[in-house]
Amino acid sequence: MFSYAIFSGITLGGMYALVAMGLTLQYGVSRIMNLAYGELVIVASFIAFVFMTSLGVNPIAGLLIIIPASFALNWVIYRILLTPLVARAKNRGMLEVDSILATFGLLFIVQGVLLVWFGGNYYSYDFLNNAVDIFGATIAANRLVALGFAVVIGLGFYLILTRTRMGTALRAVAVDPTSARLVAIDVNFASCFAFTLGGAMAAVGGVLVSMFLTFSTSMGVVFTMKALIVVIMGGVGNMLGALIAGLILGVAESLVATYIDPGLTIAVTYVIFLLVLLIKPSGLFGRAAS
Amino acid sequence: MQISAKLRFATIAAATTAVMSTATLFGANAQETYRIGYAISKTGPGAPGAATSTIPNYEMWVKEINDAGGLKVGDKQLPIEVVEYDDRSSSEEAVRAIERLINQDKVDFILSPWGTGINLAVAPILDRAGYAHLAGTAVTDKAPQLSQRWKNSYWLLGTGEQYAVGLAEFLKGLKDEGKINDKVAMIAVADGFGIELSKAGREALEDRDFDLVYDKTYPLGSQDLATIVNDIKSLGADTFVAFSYPPGTLGLTEQSRVLGFNPKVFYAGVGTAFPLYKNRFGDNAEGVVSLGGASEDDPKIADYIKRHIAFAEREPDRWASIVNWATLQSLQQAIERAGTTDRVAINAELAKGGFDTILGTYKPGDQTFWQVGQWQDGKFVGLAPTSMEGAAELVFPKPEWKAAQ
Repeated sequence: MFSYAIFSGITLGGMYALVAMGLTLQYGVSRIMNLAYGELVIVASFIAFVFMTSLGVNPIAGLLIIIPASFALNWVIYRILLTPLVARAKNRGMLEVDSILATFGLLFIVQGVLLVWFGGNYYSYDFLNNAVDIFGATIAANRLVALGFAVVIGLGFYLILTRTRMGTALRAVAVDPTSARLVAIDVNFASCFAFTLGGAMAAVGGVLVSMFLTFSTSMGVVFTMKALIVVIMGGVGNMLGALIAGLILGVAESLVATYIDPGLTIAVTYVIFLLVLLIKPSGLFGRAAS
Repeated sequence: MQISAKLRFATIAAATTAVMSTATLFGANAQETYRIGYAISKTGPGAPGAATSTIPNYEMWVKEINDAGGLKVGDKQLPIEVVEYDDRSSSEEAVRAIERLINQDKVDFILSPWGTGINLAVAPILDRAGYAHLAGTAVTDKAPQLSQRWKNSYWLLGTGEQYAVGLAEFLKGLKDEGKINDKVAMIAVADGFGIELSKAGREALEDRDFDLVYDKTYPLGSQDLATIVNDIKSLGADTFVAFSYPPGTLGLTEQSRVLGFNPKVFYAGVGTAFPLYKNRFGDNAEGVVSLGGASEDDPKIADYIKRHIAFAEREPDRWASIVNWATLQSLQQAIERAGTTDRVAINAELAKGGFDTILGTYKPGDQTFWQVGQWQDGKFVGLAPTSMEGAAELVFPKPEWKAAQ
């Protein structure tokens, strides 16, 4: 029972982390508080659904098309919608407020388009749903795949951000865009790149969760909320933080559901979130604001 | 064709702006048309349910009547004109929209919104303004009192208690035959529907000497219920009852299959009777029990399902859709019988009943539909009340889950 609770919690947490990592990059480096984040996750879910049911392309293979496509889409969103806001923002606070308003509008546009194409119904498909036994716990294969992606992306980007030149530039922009410019970092490019990369991660998350969750056009906000909690809990802009925060929430939910009451799973999420905010307001791995 | 194109335009406008939209179907002046208004959840958490059980029926009803030239009122043929709002799944928004339909649009009749909560919220306003309220998608234990209090309100899906008692009675039959043991594991979504049904279910099952070995709720919106299934699996219950909502219903089914939890009776909640369920699980839907049911051998029901597929390009669900359609048929006949657009006369006709519908001779509010049904060979057939004509035999025990493809 205990090992099952832990393992299903880890897979659940992997999903939370997967969906949150793109947002931590967008918010942490580009300073864009993207309220339409969840809608872009759902868009990818719908594309995966169409690939799977109409074209017979499996969602994992579909990633080969979906990742570049979402990269391009997010590039366009940043260049057309957000660049003017970045250019006129006098400081970070202003950019955050402006981007919240702009992406709030984007949320309705994306949702409206999805609604016209797909209607309000629930969608779900069957892929990689066979059971896999691990350490005495039975888990669906698609959840393990999602967990695997979360760990690879989380650790991979942690290493890229800490070990490479490009990663260092991104971190510099996250810490202080003005000073970053002084050492010849192209801040505009770095911000745009981080936003686009975050958007592509959202798409990966959307494709993977669509394998095991039932989704509808109005579910985007659920993902945005969960991602926001994970991002703030892990420390804004910290990939490893998002991964660990996601796993903590997943395991806590699973343990509470098993040993206390399944009705309290949402409550425990917010209790942990509150505790982190009280004890370490900048998040588990966040640096205190200077 | 003009109609559906304009309706689609209305959908686009409502969706993209997330503000109200008005669709005028015919340019003729107001006396030449019968104006029908409704506020429905086109966006928000209620949207999937509304898109399954309610919206296609409303749209198909209007189209069929208008294609036939309109409603026969006295010696005139009045086409229907629709005024539609998006309530964004919010009671406040629905109340505002209904007020607007009454005071500003001055429509002749108002069709009900989707969901128990919103129907409860708009009921007093409709009553005060003298509009009949055909609440097609509300399940509430207060239904009998409400129809007393608001004379022109009809609570078509009845009370949670009757489904719970219907199920408990059916299970008792199985227990008395020695087919299942007395252990039942029950879970419910922590929302109006799940709470009312599990409360009624708890009493009904305990009255019939069942032992509830598991009895918990899960939060609304949660689809990750594998830990619950894993807990229940070891408890030795022959019967699993989930008063769940659609995403949870699908999650539970999937996770039960993955974990190999296959009780003799597997009862899942709202969503099981949706075509989505069959599409998603295919042969694995076989034997799953839930609320609702349809006698597809009945030519009227079969014809309705065929027309619904032709119109909406998907099947109707086998519970609320059927009751909604019977009620819309009743409304058309009530208006034509009254021979006038006068609301008082139409309300009086509605109250008389005796309409010829897909549920036979029907009066809105009659509980002449299936309370327990089961997927059998790709059809969701009715099992109980067993006294009803066409009651199918339970497939027992539930077949083993098949591996996913």
